Amino acid sequence: MNAAFLYPLTRFIEKTFVITEFELRKLRHDFTELITRALQPALWLLIFGQVFSRGGAMHTGDIPYLDFIAPGILAQSVLFVAIFYGINVIWERDLGIVQKFLASPAPRSALVLGKGFSAGIRSLSQTVIVYSLSLLLGVKLNWSPLALLNVLVIVVLAATLFSTFSLVIACIVKTRERFMGVGQVLTMPLFFASNAIYPTSIMPGWLRTVSHFNPLTYVVDALRTTMLANGTSVFGLGLDYSVILVTTTILVLLGARLYPRLAS
Amino acid sequence: MSDVVLEIKALTRRFGLFTAVDALTLSVNAGEVFGLLGSNGAGKTTTIKMLVTLLPPTTGEALVAGFSITSQSVGVRRAIGYVPQAVSVDGSLTGYENLLIFAKLYDIPHREQKTRIREALEFMGLTADGGRMVGEYSGGMVRRLEIAQATLHRPRVLFLDEPTVGLDPIARDAVWKHLMDLRTDYGTTLFFTTHYLEEAESHCDRIAIMRQGKVDALGTCKELEASLGDGHTLNEVFVHYAGGIMDSGGNFRSVSAERATAQRLG
Repeated sequence: MNAAFLYPLTRFIEKTFVITEFELRKLRHDFTELITRALQPALWLLIFGQVFSRGGAMHTGDIPYLDFIAPGILAQSVLFVAIFYGINVIWERDLGIVQKFLASPAPRSALVLGKGFSAGIRSLSQTVIVYSLSLLLGVKLNWSPLALLNVLVIVVLAATLFSTFSLVIACIVKTRERFMGVGQVLTMPLFFASNAIYPTSIMPGWLRTVSHFNPLTYVVDALRTTMLANGTSVFGLGLDYSVILVTTTILVLLGARLYPRLAS
Repeated sequence: MSDVVLEIKALTRRFGLFTAVDALTLSVNAGEVFGLLGSNGAGKTTTIKMLVTLLPPTTGEALVAGFSITSQSVGVRRAIGYVPQAVSVDGSLTGYENLLIFAKLYDIPHREQKTRIREALEFMGLTADGGRMVGEYSGGMVRRLEIAQATLHRPRVLFLDEPTVGLDPIARDAVWKHLMDLRTDYGTTLFFTTHYLEEAESHCDRIAIMRQGKVDALGTCKELEASLGDGHTLNEVFVHYAGGIMDSGGNFRSVSAERATAQRLG
């Protein structure tokens, strides 16, 4: 009885990992992508971060500006890569790969989450880069194993969230040209209406309200709490995790609904 | 009594005001090789997409291996294999990996996976190439790998949309040889669409010619030739029933997709 009840769930998890496994196998054959991912956060930290940390241009309270934005740049680089993940799905649609997967008995939610999760694991390379640069720049990091584990989990979840969001967009717009346009339009508001590179306290009231509906804000808050030696949370780690998990779940369910549109 | 494996009842699909498939009714027996012919835009691909549960019908119903495409879609998906017109294997994985992922998705027991994949590669004449990246395969090899992938779980019905588009005659012959072997060795029913009349003539038990979403002619090639009187070729039968080729539809997207496929395989 119990086993019969659990079967769909174990099957869902198993198929999710099958999809993830094969997305990651592609990396083994071509890992240049992991290197190109490193460039953007490096530029932001080394140039933007260095400039704005001079002379206290930004008021970030007790912590130096570079410490403040290091978690923000990690979150941002995860967002910027994940938001274009959907282009792969459109490519797979132009070939016949999506069609063949959709004609298989695998649960569609597992196809969607498996892809998102693989994007999550890929983004771990960015974590390594941002940590290395932070170390070089003298950012005070929290090296406790629990804090590091939290950072890894948050990064994987955040990339899963935004790449699934990207997949949902891809299912709606369906063509590469439209997707690139929409991707550009979405990235900037998500980034600037968040606490990634400045505290929400300096925002005008309306923008601060908007930022509270932006999942990136909670990702940054969670990273700032766990990554920095003296990081404090604005919302609390519990709320951060809840927002990230609930948003991801909703997006996966939505993606599973919309994914078949790519085959019709 | 012959065993009916595919039963299509008044299957209809509309896109807005356009009726792509119009009350299509036909049945296919187990082990049969069935060809669906028609000019571009006649509704062949839409029909196949409905039968493999990628596109819900507007009205009507079909039973595939006893499962309803509208209410038992997972049962249908377990019972069928599908080779879409476009390239459906991943060029950034090896041939072996492309098969392994489907072995896992189709719940082939773990201990059988290796044997099953080795057999499938051997059956399709790809034993030596299993470890190579698919991006390096020739067009004919890609198609054979796609067929291996779609038949790994021994489906009762294999649906193929234009299986030989873009292939040279030698590669086409090889693909057909392997398809006919599948029927002989495993009793797989083959349901496919094609533009090539000579393929239909040499391999099909029966064919249906579609025009504007309807079946205009159905029977063995000989029956259809005889239906026009003595001495007619299948080509004349096609032109007669499919209504000439010049005025046919097929939108920009489908034509460019077909050419892209031909280019990738060729």
